[in-house]
Amino acid sequence: MTNHGDIAEYALRLGDDALVHGQRLCEWCADAPFLEEDIAIANAGLDYLGRARMLLQYAGSILGRSEDELAFLRDAPEFRNLLIVELPRGDFAFATVCQYLLDEYELLFFEALTNSKDETLAAIAAKAIKEVRYHQRRSVEWMRRLGLGTEESNRRAQAALDELWGYVAEFFDADELETRVIADGVGVDRSALEVVWRDRVGDLLDEVELSLPGDEWQVSGGRSGVHTEHLGHMLGEMQFMQRAYPGLEW
Amino acid sequence: MAAAASIPIMPEARFALNQRRQNSQFAELFDLLDAVKDPEIPVLSIWDLGILQDVACDAGRVEVTITPTYSGCPAMAQIAEDIVACLADAGYDNVDVTQRLTPAWTTDWIDASTRKRLREYGIAGPDSAVCPQCGSSDTSVISEFGSTSCKALLRCNSCLEPFDQFKRL
Repeated sequence: MTNHGDIAEYALRLGDDALVHGQRLCEWCADAPFLEEDIAIANAGLDYLGRARMLLQYAGSILGRSEDELAFLRDAPEFRNLLIVELPRGDFAFATVCQYLLDEYELLFFEALTNSKDETLAAIAAKAIKEVRYHQRRSVEWMRRLGLGTEESNRRAQAALDELWGYVAEFFDADELETRVIADGVGVDRSALEVVWRDRVGDLLDEVELSLPGDEWQVSGGRSGVHTEHLGHMLGEMQFMQRAYPGLEW
Repeated sequence: MAAAASIPIMPEARFALNQRRQNSQFAELFDLLDAVKDPEIPVLSIWDLGILQDVACDAGRVEVTITPTYSGCPAMAQIAEDIVACLADAGYDNVDVTQRLTPAWTTDWIDASTRKRLREYGIAGPDSAVCPQCGSSDTSVISEFGSTSCKALLRCNSCLEPFDQFKRL
């Protein structure tokens, strides 16, 4: 029987991934290369926001806190998201490569989470996986266009890949809490996803004429609340209204 | 065999949903809720779209179960409010709207007659890339993500008009 606190923390981690990434995607609203892409990114952002709400509601139901409290009243060290999602959005190539790496990871992760012994997590995963398939289809198309497009698009995509690569190790790390929820059949053993993920990503990079970076450096810390300096700035904007007008409702 | 192939086959998931309504002891509540439309597609009700999953009433308390099409669909809040208002008009003051995620929403819940009305409204169905304006099948995808979470944006190469398509999910 899994400890409820563990499940809450696990849901919070996944919720934070979705919330922070969704917020970053929304920063593209009105700023994408063209109108249709603007709408597409905002749409994907909305999927993440919806997923974040479901997960934070679930975590909050165990912790006795509302989804809004969790989203708007925690400071950076209390956030548990993967570092890769909090990085500044960068240029369109950076956002695209980031989304692609994340999509391939999420395809494997949520597919596996649909088998969770925790019914709520399994249900959220079943919902999420359908949306992730759409996201991945779009990001693969963009990877092709950027990799095989012009010299500049290829150069920018490669630069993004080189910069992002040090953050992907965190996709497959498990700490003690995660090891416990995996043993209980609630969580996903992410280390088991790495080989397939590397195969798929490697194949696509090969196809689109981008080179797989070496594993020269790796950072992690998001799951234990050790973040980059960027998260605080992002929260400063995201949480401003609730901080300035506590309890504000639309 | 050619004639048989043209008979629209109701997906199993939709059949199960219809059975639930037919066998329900609260048929009049289902009927009332036919008045609740999707805020983005006012020609279709939440029942047509498979958003309305179940209705039950116990000791004067009505429980309406709905399922979101997409995780972040902003219409869900509006739909929940519309359900409460619709039932309040009929004298039901104690209404709870709950969201259920399992089974996850699927376009299989949209049956043939609903797809026809979607097309007449200008939106291609989830398995059709035919232009709802001129009927041409010479169309191309502009963006997989359209004006709302549930739609993609296509263009007709014959009449040159853009149109929405319900994404297959």
